[in-house]
Amino acid sequence: MSAVIRTDNLQKYYNPGEPLEVRALDGVTLEIERGEFTAIVGPSGSGKTTLLNIIGGLDHQTGGSAHIGDTEITAMNDNQLIDFRLNNIGFVFQAYNLIPVLTAKENVEFIMLLQKRSKEERNTRTEELLKEVGLEDKMNNRPSEMSGGQQQRVAVARALASKPQFVLADEPTANLDSQSTADLLDIMADLNQKEHVTFLFSTHDQRVIDRARRVVTLEDGKIISDEKK
Amino acid sequence: MVIASIAMGIWAGLFVISVSAGLNEQRTKDALNTYISHVQIHNPEFVKDNNVEYRIDDMDKVRKTLSGNAAVKSFSERVVLSGMVSSSAGGFGARITGIDPEQEKSVSTMHEKLVDGAYFEGMKKNPVMIGKKLAEKLKVGLRKKVVLTFQNDNGDILTGAFRVVGIYKTSNSKADEMNVFVRASDVNRLLEENAGYHEVAIIVNNLAEVDTVSSTISASLPNLKVQSWKEVSPDLGYADEMMMQMLYIIIGIILMALSFGIINTMLMAVLERKRELGMLMSVGMNKTKVFFMIVVETVFISMVGGPIGVVLGYLTVSHFGSAGIDLSVVGKGLEEFGISTMVYTNLEPRFYLNVTVMVIVAAILSSIYPAIKALQLKPAEAVRAL
Repeated sequence: MSAVIRTDNLQKYYNPGEPLEVRALDGVTLEIERGEFTAIVGPSGSGKTTLLNIIGGLDHQTGGSAHIGDTEITAMNDNQLIDFRLNNIGFVFQAYNLIPVLTAKENVEFIMLLQKRSKEERNTRTEELLKEVGLEDKMNNRPSEMSGGQQQRVAVARALASKPQFVLADEPTANLDSQSTADLLDIMADLNQKEHVTFLFSTHDQRVIDRARRVVTLEDGKIISDEKK
Repeated sequence: MVIASIAMGIWAGLFVISVSAGLNEQRTKDALNTYISHVQIHNPEFVKDNNVEYRIDDMDKVRKTLSGNAAVKSFSERVVLSGMVSSSAGGFGARITGIDPEQEKSVSTMHEKLVDGAYFEGMKKNPVMIGKKLAEKLKVGLRKKVVLTFQNDNGDILTGAFRVVGIYKTSNSKADEMNVFVRASDVNRLLEENAGYHEVAIIVNNLAEVDTVSSTISASLPNLKVQSWKEVSPDLGYADEMMMQMLYIIIGIILMALSFGIINTMLMAVLERKRELGMLMSVGMNKTKVFFMIVVETVFISMVGGPIGVVLGYLTVSHFGSAGIDLSVVGKGLEEFGISTMVYTNLEPRFYLNVTVMVIVAAILSSIYPAIKALQLKPAEAVRAL
């Protein structure tokens, strides 16, 4: 298997060299293979979100490097990162972050609009994805007309719309009830097993940790354990 | 809220402008219809020095020229004397205008401004019409005697006893205080061999063509001074031009206030939608697209609010343009400036277009700062914003 994500001695220091220096990431070296279903866990302030932000091209490291496939994203400028994110990374956020005035279909479709895909392709893929997440009957509903679990499923469909190399999910179940969490995890596990979509979560949620096939634990910006089930 | 504030701003702006324009138009109209008329003809020397000896020499030629000009609606011949009007209460400087009452009716609405008495009726010998304010100063009423004093060509003092036949009141109290009207035949009789006319007041069919008509008449009467109302009373002309400048300044101020409103609202919108913007930037919407998204949103909002404001403005201006606004509570103050207490709102059509364009431009400019603020958001932080 080839590594889809690779970090090498990744560091993120705030106020480096000063008395109030904070080491959010302190030499993280990690490889995520294609098709993995990995949870990054650890207490608050352990560096989970910072790691995901740098891997996702949303933040810059202060040392080390991160590669997505063969591309070193830590060497890219902001404009290059925007294009790279659009075509290579899917995002699922804790608060769903759907556009409230758009329907479920439009929320999924607009990523492909940014990619300048044809209308026919957009329609077909949007319908396929919403079907996969079990929302074929909610295509024309706006976020306010859906439950939190349904909104997060739309967010998963949106993350997959651009055909990314992997999906980063930051605390995706934090706002969901048990049933919605179980449904969402079923969908993501299904996508992972059948379509080999690579998922990388940051989470506190034991239900997510239980379903993950690999659990990487961070503490004080360092990996303290890396277990494969 | 933004749409409503834009609509209200434009409506208020158009209304204020129309009231100002209405006030100015009313003032001009009143001045033209009472004292000034549209075009005046004088002996060129009379314009420099209002001396009785500078009469119009060839009145027949003037009458023939004006009668033959289709653009001239009517005209009136006037004897204009500088003199004094006095009663037992005192004497005051006055401009004594000798008129043919019937002819004058065709160029002036003075006969409609009477508050007491009749328009040169019911008195055979030496009737005089004076303004209300002058009557108060002279402490005279109807049928009371006043003495008019003026000079002939030789500088001899001529006096005549006149009786008040009518007391008038126009919207210009200053002018009412210093103008008295008598019959031209009465003053010409006193002037004897110096009788004649000093002024011909003309009303044209189309006020917009007054300069052209004035030039045409002037070409036919090269020895006389023919002046349009703007030349006769430059203050009125200047006021007209100044009003246009003022109106654009008012619009500018309104737009500035509107711009701050738009900036504030759009900044709020950017802050409220931090998570949405953060998500858009995270998933790969580039900075140019984010920038134009905010600009287009602002322009769209303005494009909805702008026409609503313009339509509301048009309806209000149209309504008060026919019904008028009664400003009699501040009537005394307005009269000092020659402005009628009834104001009819008025706005040229081009103002609606200009205001709409200016609103759109202001909206585009106002959207730039919020758009820049949106670009400064850090996607990683913005997606987690509360």
